[in-house]
Amino acid sequence: MFWTPEPDMLTIDHLTVEYYRRGKVIPAVRALSLSIAPGETLGLVGESGSGKSTVALAVLRLIPPQDGTIREGRILFQDQDLLRMDEEALRRVRGKNISMIFQDPFTALNPVMTIGEQMAEGPAAHGMVVSLEEALTHVQLDPGRVLKAYPHQLSGGQRQRVLIASAILTRPQLLLADEPTTALDVLVQKDILELLFSLQKELGMGVLLISHNLGLVARYTQRIAVMKDGEIVEQGAPKELFSHPRHAYTQELIGALPKLLYSRP
Amino acid sequence: MLSLYLERFKRNRLAAAGLAIIVLLTLGAALAPALCPQDPTAQNLTQRLQGPSAQHWMGTDDLGRDVFSRLLTGTRVSLSVGFVAVGIALGVGTCLGLLAGFFGGRTDTFIMRWVDIMLSIPTLFLILAVLAFLGPNIYNVMIIIGLTSWPGLTRMVRGECLSVREREYVHAARLSGVSTPRLLFVHILPNVIAPILVSATLGVGGAILTESALSFLGLGVQPPMPSWGNILTIGKDYLHIAWWLSVFPACAILITVLAFNLLGEGLRDVLDPRT
Repeated sequence: MFWTPEPDMLTIDHLTVEYYRRGKVIPAVRALSLSIAPGETLGLVGESGSGKSTVALAVLRLIPPQDGTIREGRILFQDQDLLRMDEEALRRVRGKNISMIFQDPFTALNPVMTIGEQMAEGPAAHGMVVSLEEALTHVQLDPGRVLKAYPHQLSGGQRQRVLIASAILTRPQLLLADEPTTALDVLVQKDILELLFSLQKELGMGVLLISHNLGLVARYTQRIAVMKDGEIVEQGAPKELFSHPRHAYTQELIGALPKLLYSRP
Repeated sequence: MLSLYLERFKRNRLAAAGLAIIVLLTLGAALAPALCPQDPTAQNLTQRLQGPSAQHWMGTDDLGRDVFSRLLTGTRVSLSVGFVAVGIALGVGTCLGLLAGFFGGRTDTFIMRWVDIMLSIPTLFLILAVLAFLGPNIYNVMIIIGLTSWPGLTRMVRGECLSVREREYVHAARLSGVSTPRLLFVHILPNVIAPILVSATLGVGGAILTESALSFLGLGVQPPMPSWGNILTIGKDYLHIAWWLSVFPACAILITVLAFNLLGEGLRDVLDPRT
């Protein structure tokens, strides 16, 4: 029998995004190409301003038209070009087949709505009937308490769990996670990521994990793409990348990782 | 959240006093027909220009009508003009502000230039001109005050909407497929409601002042129907012999507008997250 590789679920091809700043046009992403297979996790690493969040926003077509534009490229999701879809078709895909977990759990929840009300929005917009209780139990939260709570009554870790629960409510095939743990403290970070990736295995989602933390990404992903100034400078499996970094920037990133001072014998 | 606001509000004595006065005035206006000691339009020429007495608490006017009864009935005019005019301004101003802030681009430019034009016209003269054309009556007054007082509100709502629009929960809601009207009115509007509430409260005071000025000039409520402004008009002719005809309606206007301003300022302090 021949082994046939699974076709990629998401293929970004020569994506170029430009932002407008004070009348000038500034390239944020330049001719970027990457792909994610079903069930795979791709880590996208880079410093702030390297354009990594812009990639996620471009996939969702959430770049505000007054702030910038997608100049060219293709974003194929399950063989459909997201950039050439009309609003209606896009709305059927967005938030249903593709979900996103935002960076800051403190601003990603509406302060004047209860958790239950907010979580119900997505499935309602897609005409789906789902169990919020089940999703919350899935992320180890107590539905009885959380559903009626307002965001300010929850801790950062709990809010991020709520966001993960909302993101998987519609059983998406692709999950974009933009710095999902940056705003949380270290121990909570670990819990959240482990939760996220156990859910990924269970649901078979493709995940794009965006982070500035190379060490963290290396631990949880099968493949890493390093981004600098809007371009991918290097791509590969974490092991390869660490043992033979080819690009100077990757070497610099690896060099910047804190060394373990006390290694176990 | 709400209990925190209530607690803060209770500690703000001036705002609470303002609210108490407004409640009292509203009750007075609602029950005016029952509370009036005399018929506010009944003339009694043998009793004209009488000073305050046990029978006429605030004296009588040039036709012998009881000033207290007329003042109390005038409260209905002032408050209803204030609330209805601000209601109209709120509806128009909030919707336009949300649209301008949310959609940006040409929509924004069009609405905001319109706001600039409205703000550059002296409002009182515009109102006078329109009322002279349409004819003075209380409904025209309400509508025209409402339709000229939205621009400031629009500008403020737009600013708030611009900042709320960029928050992640709005992105998140849009991402999950929430429709644009729902996004505007369910997700964004409740987050900008605090400053709207404050400026609406202050706006009621302003609208009452404008109505009084119009009635004073004879373009508002028409006699014999009493309003604070047209009581003052009569009062100015008799200022040297019948002070009560001017002083009481003037105090009524002063206290009412002051009450709304105190409440508005108090709400601002209570709802401002920085205090």
